[in-house]
Amino acid sequence: MSPMERPLTSNLRPDGNAVDIAAYERAGGYEGLRKALTMQPQDVTELVKRSSLKGRGGAGFPTGMKWSFVPMGANAPKPKYLVANADEMEPGTFKDRVLMEGDPHQLIEGMTVAAYAIQAEVGYIFLRGEYRCSAQRLRAAVAEAKERGFLGHNILGSGFGFELHLHISAGRYICGEETALLNALEGKRAHPRTKPPFPQVSGLWGKPTIVQNVETLCNVHHIVNKGPEWFRTLSRSGDGGTKLYGVSGKVNRPGLWELPLGTTLREILEEHAGGMRDGLRFRGVLPGGASTDFLVEQHLDTPMDYTEVQKAGSRLGTGTMVILDEGTCPVGMVWNLEHFFAQESCGWCTPCWSGLAWTEKILLAMEYGKAEESDLDTLRFQTKFLAPGNTFCAFAPGAVEPLQSALKYFSGDFHRHIEEKRCPWR
Amino acid sequence: MATIYIENEPRQADSNQNLLHVLLSLGYDLPYFCWHPALGSVGACRQCAVKQFRNEQDTAGKIVIACMTPAADGTRVSIKDPEAAEFRAAVIQGLMQNHPHDCPVCDEGGECHLQDMTVMTGHCSRHYRFTKRTFRNQYLGPLLNHEMNRCIQCQRCVRFYRDYAGGHDLNAFRLRDTVYFGRFEDGVLENEFSGNLAEVCPTGVFTDATLKRHYTRKWDLQMAPSVCVHCAAGCNISVGERYGTLRRVVNRYNHAVNGYFLCDRGRFGYEFVNSDQRIRECLLGGEPTELTRAMFRLGTLLRDGNCIGIGSPRASLESNFALRQLVGPDHFYAGVADEEWSVTLAALEVLKHGPAPSPSLDEIEHCDAVLVLGEDVTNVLPLMALRLRQSVRQQPVRKATDLHIPLWLDHAVRELVQDERGPLFIASPSVTRLDDVATEVLRAAPSGLARLGFAVAHALDPDAPAAPDLSSEVEAVAGRIAAALRSARSPLVISGTSCGSRELVEAAAQVAWALCKTGKPARLSFCFPECNSAGLALMRPRPLSAAFQAMQRGSADTVIILENDLYRRGSVAEVSTLLDTARHVVVLDHLKNRTTGKAELVLPAGAFAETDGTLVNNELRAQRFFQAFPPQGEVRASWHWLSNSLIPELPAGTCSWRTLDDIVSAIANEMPDLAPIEHAAPSRKELGKVAREPNRYSGRTSILANISVHEPKPPEDLDSALAFSMESGPQPPPSALIPFFWSPGWNSIQSVNKFQGEVGGPLRGGDPGVRLIDQKAEIAWQYFSATPPAFQPNSDEWLLLPHFHIFGSEELSRQAPAISELVPRAYVGLNATDAALLGVKSGELIKVTIGDSVHELEASLRTDVPRGVALLPAGIPPVDNLSLPARGRLSPLRAAVYGFAK
Repeated sequence: MSPMERPLTSNLRPDGNAVDIAAYERAGGYEGLRKALTMQPQDVTELVKRSSLKGRGGAGFPTGMKWSFVPMGANAPKPKYLVANADEMEPGTFKDRVLMEGDPHQLIEGMTVAAYAIQAEVGYIFLRGEYRCSAQRLRAAVAEAKERGFLGHNILGSGFGFELHLHISAGRYICGEETALLNALEGKRAHPRTKPPFPQVSGLWGKPTIVQNVETLCNVHHIVNKGPEWFRTLSRSGDGGTKLYGVSGKVNRPGLWELPLGTTLREILEEHAGGMRDGLRFRGVLPGGASTDFLVEQHLDTPMDYTEVQKAGSRLGTGTMVILDEGTCPVGMVWNLEHFFAQESCGWCTPCWSGLAWTEKILLAMEYGKAEESDLDTLRFQTKFLAPGNTFCAFAPGAVEPLQSALKYFSGDFHRHIEEKRCPWR
Repeated sequence: MATIYIENEPRQADSNQNLLHVLLSLGYDLPYFCWHPALGSVGACRQCAVKQFRNEQDTAGKIVIACMTPAADGTRVSIKDPEAAEFRAAVIQGLMQNHPHDCPVCDEGGECHLQDMTVMTGHCSRHYRFTKRTFRNQYLGPLLNHEMNRCIQCQRCVRFYRDYAGGHDLNAFRLRDTVYFGRFEDGVLENEFSGNLAEVCPTGVFTDATLKRHYTRKWDLQMAPSVCVHCAAGCNISVGERYGTLRRVVNRYNHAVNGYFLCDRGRFGYEFVNSDQRIRECLLGGEPTELTRAMFRLGTLLRDGNCIGIGSPRASLESNFALRQLVGPDHFYAGVADEEWSVTLAALEVLKHGPAPSPSLDEIEHCDAVLVLGEDVTNVLPLMALRLRQSVRQQPVRKATDLHIPLWLDHAVRELVQDERGPLFIASPSVTRLDDVATEVLRAAPSGLARLGFAVAHALDPDAPAAPDLSSEVEAVAGRIAAALRSARSPLVISGTSCGSRELVEAAAQVAWALCKTGKPARLSFCFPECNSAGLALMRPRPLSAAFQAMQRGSADTVIILENDLYRRGSVAEVSTLLDTARHVVVLDHLKNRTTGKAELVLPAGAFAETDGTLVNNELRAQRFFQAFPPQGEVRASWHWLSNSLIPELPAGTCSWRTLDDIVSAIANEMPDLAPIEHAAPSRKELGKVAREPNRYSGRTSILANISVHEPKPPEDLDSALAFSMESGPQPPPSALIPFFWSPGWNSIQSVNKFQGEVGGPLRGGDPGVRLIDQKAEIAWQYFSATPPAFQPNSDEWLLLPHFHIFGSEELSRQAPAISELVPRAYVGLNATDAALLGVKSGELIKVTIGDSVHELEASLRTDVPRGVALLPAGIPPVDNLSLPARGRLSPLRAAVYGFAK
């Protein structure tokens, strides 16, 4: 691939304004949709399967495979739904926002193609409540697309119809969990649902539903337009495509870049983010948002893709990194994260609501010099108690990932808090 | 069936069930909270974790949540696995994090599922050292107390209240470890089944507020198996006594009848037993008198007078039978209004001589298409309504089976089904509490409802006569109902006595029979008004009006009235004439009322918890209730009063029973219809002792020490195997005689698991009670040929219908202080258009004239009531003496009021 090929972000305007429909079409927009509508829906799914596109929301599930579980044909339940998960609430993550604010039609086109593939008649964009700019621009773009016949009944004369609604979330982290999102969309308490049945079989209002992250959907029409082989060559890894990588923390140039999947941590940090700010040393990084394990110096050459990050002991997650530097207290940082997670626990399952509340209280006590040696045992215990399978959903296991890795890599800092009865950074 | 391996031992299990259900059914102890046999699995509490192994070689295994894991063939699990055990203890540790350690002052203490499960997991010491979260509690009404600090967030309360019972005003609020289960604001819980929260809640968040006023620990209660007397459903209850007063009622599981739940009237109505209006001594001329004098007087009256007896639909079969034997069958009269008597008899005839059987409440829950004709089931037979609320799920949940979603996976099934409901058609004169889940509702006067029924029957089977002159709208509704019933697997028709319409009963039968004729296994269920209405009718009493006539003719001069306030049965004029004409009036009852006030001789009858007897419920299931405690004073069962051991000079061989077994055999010998009641519960001689008191009953030697320091011998119970003692025979009690559910390590009512063959299934040894009528295979029957004429509104003569209220319409529960707070004020409900023509606004007074009786009642304007029909609250003073339905006049009072002001 050419080093400059950036299908997701090439339309973004330097002034930060949204690309309107005319400019979008001039740049080849809605060509993917036109092409998809000439194909059989199953063939679109097949293309996406062959592209090796994996979900960009954090779990990394193969997208085409997910779609292939949707019941198809005349006897399939109706209506089917497609939902864009735009509830981007992962601390440190702002990639979907850039896509929605800068190029809203890209999401609409991706969704329409995806809807065609699974023959969904109704779509929702479940948008984070604070994303007011995204809401405004998406609303305008949906209206434009409708007017131009890219949405609504009988799209481009194909006979296929897709109604797209924007739903603004009332605001809870757990709404990013796809089944909690569906409950929220139905007006119920946002706690996750039992799986199986998966939403592909019984989702929104009990009908087959695909929930997909914004970034994932933005890839779909490009795959249709340029082919799965092209898509795979974009990547430096076994999985196809580019990835939006973001960096926040005390680096010289915090930001967001579309890079080949599998770009190394070091390249992202040093070349794109410009390295650490003067006088500060890198101590660790949460590679994929707040609910991923810390990686440290020894992992800097890890290619940022699904398998390699996992091998290093963390998860690619959303691909948006939070950097910990030496001038910042790791215990304080972890307390901040666990405070967030404890607050955002939906309260459904015991390990989550009890474990995170306890964890948060210990970390705060530690910051105030009130921790005891046995608290470390409790923290370690909680990281095991909240392991995958023990809790109802993946929220709590994700929530303790930064804690468990901090206990591993920064255990000296925890001990200092206890021994010195204060936070050494305060 | 599947073979699953538990601790490497092969066991047979139902593969359609989850592991928790299977493990509990096999007798294993595994702690749980959020799962409930009637509510299914949601996987919230994570308490029932076990270790699952892939195969024999897998030694690592993984933790799974038993309630969320199917019991698939070949599944290998371990409960004992140390990692699983440690996890379960950790879950309890989490639950205990915020739980106040207030067991000694908590009403749930000693029967707390959380206590039991905590002990079961072995968690015993506290490591959490931070502050606990606290809440402000709410006032939820007179029935339940709220103590949210004890909450462990298991979600059971909202799942029962909202998903199962259809309530709206209880919800979960907030997040994390501060989820709040309560109302949007303080106030009385609206749902009629709210009391179940006290049992559904695994700890002390929701507790019985009536118990709190005379609190006793479960282990200190003397308990007995009983049957609720507050409606005709015959829910099985366990009643508990201490210091001579009745302390509370809890559910006694009967799979076929009430399952796990009771209604609030049934749970909280018991306090009438402790009322200060109780009669505890014999009264002669209104003055207390000695037993011997009273009985001498009764003997004299019986010898010298011409006696008639008036029975009661709220007295046991035994007591009614005793009176019937005493006065002779020809002089035994029904203690109910003639209309009710004739409709009840018609319903019994239909059940006895028709092809459609009467279903149990459990069978009702499993019917998949229902037509209700003329009943507000929730306010008349509440538990039937709770079952009907589940029946509308029968058709939609089949989708889950098609998608291989197991039915126990509650939320997954509910998400799939959403608001889809199976057919439930409700045709009634006014709004009912089940309308929210009805497919379609139709409002009409009773004759209109009957005509609809006949039209449905005709649509099902053209041989059934058509109802003439139907509107096209009703015709279309009938067609839709017929189509829904025809395409169901198990259709059900429900009617009853509420409208006082014989035609309605016949119309319901016609529909069920038309279904039977076309090869559908249709069922037919009737709502009867009182706990033994059916039993009384099976005794073949003569109508009450005949008693009035007999007294006026002078063919009788003495009337013996059994447990009945006759002023609720006939007009004031008629009843007063009867009581004034009679030279001698003898009344047996437990509460003072207008009838006892007119009696020459009053004998103190025992209330249900103080006596033994048999009741016949609406299914025609005879069920026995047992005495929980020996009553104070001279109180005894009416059938004990009416026996020759007490009444001198009765001829030998008359009323010669001494014990319950004697009188039960006498009934069985005398009345073929009632012969099966001998099997309603085992007789005394069949069994060893069954303790009424738990092992830990305290105070045996000191409870009467203020009277005498010598420990008295416990009273002997000649009527049943139940003993007023902590001592039991070696055998577990048979299902009909279980006084309370308890098992080692299971102190709460969840211990019922240990008494069931399979969790959620019948009790071991079969569900208590015996059905009196079972349909014969070949039965000759004929359609009813007469359809009633259409109802014509008439502004000079209104049709006044009874409007039933769960709180207030029933005579005894209304005397319970908690229930009495919830009784509505009397009103007259009429169509807003009619009211406008009368010139009456909402809340203004209307004069209601029925025959000689005149009442001034507040107008309640409604849109549901048909024109020409008005509703009066059934059984609520001052209109509790009206026998409804009736024809009457309505006239506005406003003018008269203004006139007075001048």
